[in-house]
Amino acid sequence: MSKTALQFRHNGREVALFVDGGVNLLVALRELIGDMTPKFGCGQGGCGACSVLIDGELHLSCLTLAESVDGRSVETLDGLKDGPNLHPLQRAFMEQFAAQCGYCTPGMLMAAKALLDRNPTPTRAEVVEAISGNICRCTGYEPIINAVLAAATSGRARA
Amino acid sequence: MPVTVKTYASSGEAASALSSDRSARYLGGGTIVMRALNEGDVSISTVVRATDRALSRIDTASSRITIGAGVTFAKILAERELAFLHAPARSIGGPAVRNMGTVGGNLFAQNPYGDFTVALLALDATISVQSGFGARDVPIEEFLQSRERQSGTLVVAVSCQKPASADAFRYRKIARIKPKGGSVITLAAHLPSSSGRISGARIALGSMAATQMRAKAAERALEGRSLDDSAISAAAAAAAEGVSPTDNALGSAWYRREIVGVHLRRLLSGLE
Repeated sequence: MSKTALQFRHNGREVALFVDGGVNLLVALRELIGDMTPKFGCGQGGCGACSVLIDGELHLSCLTLAESVDGRSVETLDGLKDGPNLHPLQRAFMEQFAAQCGYCTPGMLMAAKALLDRNPTPTRAEVVEAISGNICRCTGYEPIINAVLAAATSGRARA
Repeated sequence: MPVTVKTYASSGEAASALSSDRSARYLGGGTIVMRALNEGDVSISTVVRATDRALSRIDTASSRITIGAGVTFAKILAERELAFLHAPARSIGGPAVRNMGTVGGNLFAQNPYGDFTVALLALDATISVQSGFGARDVPIEEFLQSRERQSGTLVVAVSCQKPASADAFRYRKIARIKPKGGSVITLAAHLPSSSGRISGARIALGSMAATQMRAKAAERALEGRSLDDSAISAAAAAAAEGVSPTDNALGSAWYRREIVGVHLRRLLSGLE
């Protein structure tokens, strides 16, 4: 089975790789590029742990055919921080105790970023809707919702 | 197991590729086919894609609207002319699924999914399919009945008449998890009326049979009547006629039969 060449922008950096047919973007990111921030949760589109932004839109990397992102831009949690400085959303998650085990956190942060990029002053209901595709089994949703709202009100989430 | 991915520039070429290979599946938004691949579905050896822009076109210029099979639910929600389809589009998945999932793919979604198709069924939509032999239009009811035998054809678009008023088309999805979750029951009703009498009522149900189905007895109960309490009661009483739901984790077949009339009554009464 031949491999397919694939080139895309990964957190602002051009990457080129070869993928097997049918490989999903999550596998390409984790196993071929070594970006471990998107997580494998269910592989079915049910949990949101693998959420990434493709051309600024929230997508589930486990349900995305890797070669479909050829020539496009993929942002993962790894691209959120600016050197040693945490992104305002990451800081808010830390301050509001919005991560317990942390497995859902990368997906939650990307879903929250997709929301704030489009709508910097969301209502609580809009935050709930924005993270409705992301499952958290231990922190509880309240601290996560509060953290997203805190990041929004602080006005620091424009980065 | 690696599969062969074939990407075509036109939907015609993609349809030909599907016609000539029984183990080929068309990949739209990925929420169905990628999930199958992730689960190791060995029946798929070839994945066919098309980058044809016509597949993601929305045409609302006339009273009959056409939506390309590759249009996502997020795109529908961004289109003001399609406001009547916003409730079904919003009831599907979370934001990521709505950015990925397509109208064409929803026609193939198994229970407890396929909610958008329930709306299209109530709207008497027409499905445009393309095969190696050419293109044809199929009424949605006929399409759904032969859905499992559709290998070798590619859905390219759906079209339907725009409801005459916002009140003439209603949609309701019952789910245990809000705002997202699989359907316990999904209901849609199109109630065209002339001089206060309903004419050509269409009521569609999801998760009440192997595929989305029409509640024809309930439709007949409304025909020629005004939408008053007695007509609504007659339709609600007939709602379970012909249904064949199954048990799943979201609800039992018994429960679905018990509540379908209750929810149809609420839908027709305009209750939230």
